[in-house]
Amino acid sequence: MRSYAIYVAKRILQFALVVFVGISITFLITHLTPIDPVEHAVAQVSTFGFSSPESIELLRQSLKELYGVGDNLWEEYLIFWRRLAMLDFGPSLSAFPTPVSELIGRAIPWTIGLLTVSTLLSWFIGNVLGGLAGYYSRNRILRVLGMIMMGLHPVPYYIVAFVLLIVFTFLLPILPSSGGYEMNLRTGWTPQFVGSVLMHSILPSLSLILVGVGSWFMGMRALVSNIVTDDYVTYAALAGVPDKKLVTSYVMRNAFLPQITGLAMSIGAIFNGAVITEQVFGYPGIGRLLVEAVHAADYSLVLGITSIAIIAVSAAVFIIDIIYPLIDPRVQVSQ
Amino acid sequence: MIAVLRDLFRYNGEFAIGCVIMAIILGLAVASFFSPYEPIDSYVVALDAPPSLEYIFGTNSRGQDIFWQLTFAIRNTLAFGFIVALISRILSLTIGLISGYVGGIVDRILMSINDTFIVIPLFPLLVLLYFVLRDDMTWFVLALVMAGLGWAYDARLIRSVMISLRTREFTNTSVFSGMSMPRIVTQEHLPYVLPIVFSTFMNNMNWSIGLEVTLAVLGFTDVDTPTVGGMIFWANQHSAMVSGVWWWYFFPTLFVTLTFIGLFLLAISMNEYIDPRSRLDRMGNS
Amino acid sequence: MTQIPVSAGNGHAHVLETSNLRAYYRMKYFGIDREVRAVDGISIHVRKHEIYGIAGESSCGKTTFIKAIAAAIRPPLEIVGGQVKYSFIDDDLYALPPARRAAIRWRHLSYILQGSMNVLNPVRRIHKTFEDFAFRHMHLPRAEFDQEVRRHLERLRLPAEILRSYPHELSGGMRQRVCIALATLCRPEFIIADEPTTALDVVVQKDVLAMIRETQHEFNSSMIFVTHDLTVHANITDRLGIMYAGRLVEEGRTADVFANPLHPYTAHLIASLPTIGDRHTRDGLHGTPPNLADPPKGCRFHPRCPLAMEICRHENPALTTLAEDHKVACFAASSDVLPTPDEKPNQPEELETER
Repeated sequence: MRSYAIYVAKRILQFALVVFVGISITFLITHLTPIDPVEHAVAQVSTFGFSSPESIELLRQSLKELYGVGDNLWEEYLIFWRRLAMLDFGPSLSAFPTPVSELIGRAIPWTIGLLTVSTLLSWFIGNVLGGLAGYYSRNRILRVLGMIMMGLHPVPYYIVAFVLLIVFTFLLPILPSSGGYEMNLRTGWTPQFVGSVLMHSILPSLSLILVGVGSWFMGMRALVSNIVTDDYVTYAALAGVPDKKLVTSYVMRNAFLPQITGLAMSIGAIFNGAVITEQVFGYPGIGRLLVEAVHAADYSLVLGITSIAIIAVSAAVFIIDIIYPLIDPRVQVSQ
Repeated sequence: MIAVLRDLFRYNGEFAIGCVIMAIILGLAVASFFSPYEPIDSYVVALDAPPSLEYIFGTNSRGQDIFWQLTFAIRNTLAFGFIVALISRILSLTIGLISGYVGGIVDRILMSINDTFIVIPLFPLLVLLYFVLRDDMTWFVLALVMAGLGWAYDARLIRSVMISLRTREFTNTSVFSGMSMPRIVTQEHLPYVLPIVFSTFMNNMNWSIGLEVTLAVLGFTDVDTPTVGGMIFWANQHSAMVSGVWWWYFFPTLFVTLTFIGLFLLAISMNEYIDPRSRLDRMGNS
Repeated sequence: MTQIPVSAGNGHAHVLETSNLRAYYRMKYFGIDREVRAVDGISIHVRKHEIYGIAGESSCGKTTFIKAIAAAIRPPLEIVGGQVKYSFIDDDLYALPPARRAAIRWRHLSYILQGSMNVLNPVRRIHKTFEDFAFRHMHLPRAEFDQEVRRHLERLRLPAEILRSYPHELSGGMRQRVCIALATLCRPEFIIADEPTTALDVVVQKDVLAMIRETQHEFNSSMIFVTHDLTVHANITDRLGIMYAGRLVEEGRTADVFANPLHPYTAHLIASLPTIGDRHTRDGLHGTPPNLADPPKGCRFHPRCPLAMEICRHENPALTTLAEDHKVACFAASSDVLPTPDEKPNQPEELETER
């Protein structure tokens, strides 16, 4: 138990480091800007002409604090962190005066839901099929499947999403093309609403799964084809341990473990994919919010989403990392 | 070396297919030098002409011949991937080698930084960068930034290879026979590491091209430099799907997908060259 | 414990009999066909309650022979000829349907492998491994099975706590003892031990050997014991076969072989043992073991043999009984040793292989 505590402490440090570096890069990037973002933004809001002088002043104040134009860089940096700690990114410019945190708060459940479901599904499906393909390496169906996966794997999210969109909403219109749910429905736990949410999530999650499944498949297949030659598998096979048991408890179980670490390492990349997917399918998550914010030149919103994304992704990695030793009995000793 | 390549080509299907695909792609990129049009020329041919003998890939709504446009796009896209992969290989090789050789506290610090870069989601950062730089975000700046952020995963790989090489017998033999460490690294170890670097090179090109296409499609790059993503962006801008100009999407998508598959096949056949176990497996299957 | 006979030993006193067994690696890669004749016509028998040793340098085909008698054949390794017969089955091992072969494993035929880190599943507790390997053979309710396992460990003087451990929590010697316990739990008639003490340090090695000896004696098992280490053979085996380049070159009672080696290769192996107890045999032979993909014609040892004659270059000496229970395949040993045709095996009939 003590070794586990040390392990967790190390992971917390790493988590803190990731957030620190990520947020610092974000801060630096915003200070690279050649134009004055505050006056640019204030001017943009003013031209729409629907805001009171007080709220403009409020906006200017929060923007100044976020970007810290003109002040001492070090002080700006600290103020930036304080704002971040309170999750206060000021009002959004494009949806003025709704606070950025509220917009993000509204969008983030969609992204988390979509990502969790599709990531876990693609991880699971890819690993199980890949493991079987590695074990039964002479099975014809699995070999064909392997080739399909190999062809699918390097294709970027955008193209898969786009092809799915064309096939299922244009050529064969059976699924809704955009949005998170039917517009005329009331949000709530009604069967229609839940059903509509599910229908709308099929294409986005399908595209995420299709792209994601390939790399798990191939990684697992390679792992298993190595594990099959390991002594303990040979030994168990010699002992006549039934095939089913051999595949599950000896081969798969051991191969799954490194794939959990692999999952932690690829969450960042999966998040990238989700941004595109949400954009293609008009899914109301933070990826789409980010793209819209860029198009609307909404500084506070872009900054807020970037920061939150960095924290959320590192948190997901952190969680996987601290669960891992509970699953793999060997880690506690070697750490 | 040539014999190895010949054998790979003859007996490794993935390598052969990958080579053929990449030869086609490179051929297209080279063809761009013979283009009758400049890449930024528009309204020089008939609008929205479907593929025909005159315009084999058709023309788009901006009056461009898609075939010649695509040759420029592929050239730029490949060059982009190449530059990112080249710079990030230098970074990951350096960091991986140092970390693997020096070990100890240096290794721990470098790997902490490394893991940090693996975890940080790049896409929002790139979007933020575009957001701030706007028109100053040129093709080359983007390549530099992506190289600066995309080295981490492979640095870890190279480090682990290095660690296993360092503990092998022949390293000790070389040390005892009085070889200097830099000589051991370059003469004894680099031959093991180079195929891995090549393999990650292809994968890294795929990764960077994928991100570039994605950014370009969303309009978050310099869309005036023709790239494959940029072509899809313009097709979207002109609602090509709605107006039925499907070839505007189809050919860029087809060729960028082929590029991905080609590079990927080369990377995995290189892996097989590296890992004798998968070669053994192949023997078993024959 | 109840005994479930599959078939009563059919009269003869041999538990294992191989006749003219051939197992080749057949590979095709980069367009080149390669055939490695790792086991090339080996006939041995193992008597009841006997420990039969197999010795030879690395890559002489010992491990392949073990794989062949254990039906652990995976491509590119193929059985291209000969038979493997056990007393507890009526038929050739390779003629059995896979399901029956699986039923024999562990119940009648068990294994002790080289005690490396990896023989036991690293993420499974030891008692789970016992369950996986033996439960279905014992035909006991769970609770009684657990009891039986505990009793067995006690008999072998192993602490019952190890059942709750993971393999990495045990020492190398303890892991090997666990494997011995595992291999003997079902009281199999035949145990195959493949370099079981090689990875252990000398003191532990001695204990483990004693334990193997004891359990084999107590459970009346027969055993084939493979190691390159002749001193281990001297300590544990009853009879000894010497392999060279895929063939058996000498076979006899261990004591006889040590006292009176008939084959120049055996003589060399024994002569190069400095003292009993030293684990390293120094190889003073010139030359290297032959490439089994292209073995020399005639006697395979002739390029390195100090006694090589003209006939050795062309003819293959037959394994010939020269004294009671003592056979050799060497023209120089006696004029009774006659040539035998260097058979080229016919193309393999489709043999069913398990993965």
